[in-house]
Amino acid sequence: MKYVDEYRDGALARRIADTIAAEVVCERSYAFMEFCGGHTHAISRYGIEDMLPPGLRMIHGPGCPVCVLPVGRIDDAIRLARSPAVTLCTYADMMRVPGSKGGSLLKAKAAGADIRMIYSSLDAVRIAEAEPGREVVFFAIGFETTTPPTAIALRAAIAKGLRNFSIFCNHVLTPVAMRAILEAPAEPGAPPVAIDGFVGPAHVSTVIGMAPYHEFAETYRKPVVIAGFEPLDVMQAILMLVRQVNTQRAEVENQYIRAVTAAGNLTAQVLCAEIFAVREAFEWRGLGVVPASALRLRDAYADYDAERRFEIHTVHADDNPACECPAILRGRKRPAECKLFGTVCTPETPMGACMVSSEGACAAHWSYGRFREHQRLAS
Amino acid sequence: MTAPSELKAYRRKLDLRAGRVDMSHGSGGRAMADLITGIFRAAFANKFLDQGNDQASLPMPTGGRLVMTTDGYVVSPLFFPGGDIGSLAVHGTINDVAMAGAKPLYLSASFIIEEGFAFADLKRIADSMGAASRESGVPVVTGDTKVVERGKADGVFIATAGIGVVPDGISLSGDRAAPGDAVLISGSIGDHGVAIMSSRENLEFETAIVSDSAALHGLVAAMLDAAGAQIKLLRDPTRGGLAATLNELAQQSGVGFRIDEAAIPVKSQVAAACELLGLDPLFVANEGKLVAVVDAEAAVALLAAMRAHPLGRDAAIIGRVVADAQRFVQMTTAFGGGRIVDWLSGEQLPRIC
Repeated sequence: MKYVDEYRDGALARRIADTIAAEVVCERSYAFMEFCGGHTHAISRYGIEDMLPPGLRMIHGPGCPVCVLPVGRIDDAIRLARSPAVTLCTYADMMRVPGSKGGSLLKAKAAGADIRMIYSSLDAVRIAEAEPGREVVFFAIGFETTTPPTAIALRAAIAKGLRNFSIFCNHVLTPVAMRAILEAPAEPGAPPVAIDGFVGPAHVSTVIGMAPYHEFAETYRKPVVIAGFEPLDVMQAILMLVRQVNTQRAEVENQYIRAVTAAGNLTAQVLCAEIFAVREAFEWRGLGVVPASALRLRDAYADYDAERRFEIHTVHADDNPACECPAILRGRKRPAECKLFGTVCTPETPMGACMVSSEGACAAHWSYGRFREHQRLAS
Repeated sequence: MTAPSELKAYRRKLDLRAGRVDMSHGSGGRAMADLITGIFRAAFANKFLDQGNDQASLPMPTGGRLVMTTDGYVVSPLFFPGGDIGSLAVHGTINDVAMAGAKPLYLSASFIIEEGFAFADLKRIADSMGAASRESGVPVVTGDTKVVERGKADGVFIATAGIGVVPDGISLSGDRAAPGDAVLISGSIGDHGVAIMSSRENLEFETAIVSDSAALHGLVAAMLDAAGAQIKLLRDPTRGGLAATLNELAQQSGVGFRIDEAAIPVKSQVAAACELLGLDPLFVANEGKLVAVVDAEAAVALLAAMRAHPLGRDAAIIGRVVADAQRFVQMTTAFGGGRIVDWLSGEQLPRIC
């Protein structure tokens, strides 16, 4: 596959791995967080952990939109879908996410709710157009990458004069979540996070550019290397982070120059600014309530806002108190150190944010890496 | 740190009071295994069902062994590049018989048809079944027809059953894989699932990939001729793909697998489509491929025999069976790292067979 295989070359990977191993300083350890689920997935799927020296650890961050959506919002979506007039359109990975009391969209669908899995936000607009008798709600989730497609769907619905289309908006903001990780301990009184630098988002950065990450380098002295989602991208970004740490630099560097520019996608930024406003606060599964961390539709588009049209008032629902996701998302604990991991909490029966989608830290470790615990114990 | 024995997956029991069937129960993953164990195996309990294969091997009163299997087909769309629900219903059931090393003899076919379904489409499907059955030399000898009201089915559903006889000296079963055995695949993976996806109306991408739907009993006969006594088991990696099949076999035989990603044949168009759709070819369905586990000494001879057959031209040795109390399927990635190839949790593609 042209333009893909080049970034998965095993021989090149070994060369980068050798360079990383040669350059790490033995006396210290390195802990880097990849914020995005896409990176977590690449690290797990290609077995990158096996190619890193023992003193270098990757911490899997909260950058999976499916994982961080709080239980209360899932409950809202389930309630919406259950109302007889509503057709709920959702990306397929939301279907299995558990709400409170073991509910999920998959189960609601089995019980008769009209839920359609779609591949593009515009599919929801097409459904609204084809079925004028239905109240079509698009369950909009994701970081800055999926926000512009939601804006485009809204524009299309307005252009078509559709009155039966609305958006249940759950879009969240990456830099704010990164700041929350650096600022807030996992539990009151806990030590600060053990992160030496970030592998910065790939697709998110194509939209927002490099500027939003400068505060992490300048204020928090954490190097950030924006990286693509291919395994060689990740390896190279790790090497760049090691070099920054070794030379006491804290800069924003761009490994993903084939897609990310300093300014980002200005068209998308302008479009989103016109349609969305920042919420006062929003709850993140695993991080808690984070001020100014999510988007809602601007008042001018209130008619298309499902929260207003259906008078949604989100009720907070607690995760299992034994769930260690808050500590795992901050690098304080590893998935296998959680009592629930692999016992009551598995990808089939997820209890917390990190197990919910294959991009979550616990699910990735369960699905791809749990053999390492057995190897460690055996050796 | 938790001890290995404590890291076993917790299986939540089916909620028989308030639970309902959802789409994940049909996806060939763990949820389906739970449904079968919790409801069907419990209700039908007998030693033949407990063989746990895609077919039952039964003693004949007159001596020798009979193999019987049944399969339902609900594929959407009904017509796809490289086949249709009719040819699929013939091939799939022949393959389930053939995976026991049996010679398929007869098929039955049962049709559940939705009110309003066009005669022209039904004839096209029946003609395709007839052609597939004649080409395979396995006749459809009995059938049943039911019509349900509009909205109670999706065009047409087909259920087929097949029977065959096992030659003397052949004993294939999913519980026979042993450490040291070699693992072979008969050709490229993922073709069927990608062909189906490409013909879904809401996806609209064009590819030259056609379904690999084919009857494999000829290939199996050639394999048995070459290494019959050394072959431990055969299985066709349909729903859930190669990953689900290897995990099933690991459970059934109480072993682990070590496979090599670089050795697994994947067509570049299938790889590209999977890349686009965010799928992993390891989990994508096949309808004309088989996995063979064979005594390592016979692996090279078996591979040669497979490659000499038109349906095994791209066959490859992809790994080996290892001792592993955890029954993990582990893979060396083409990139150079290691990972588990787990069951798929939830569904990857709805209704591909």
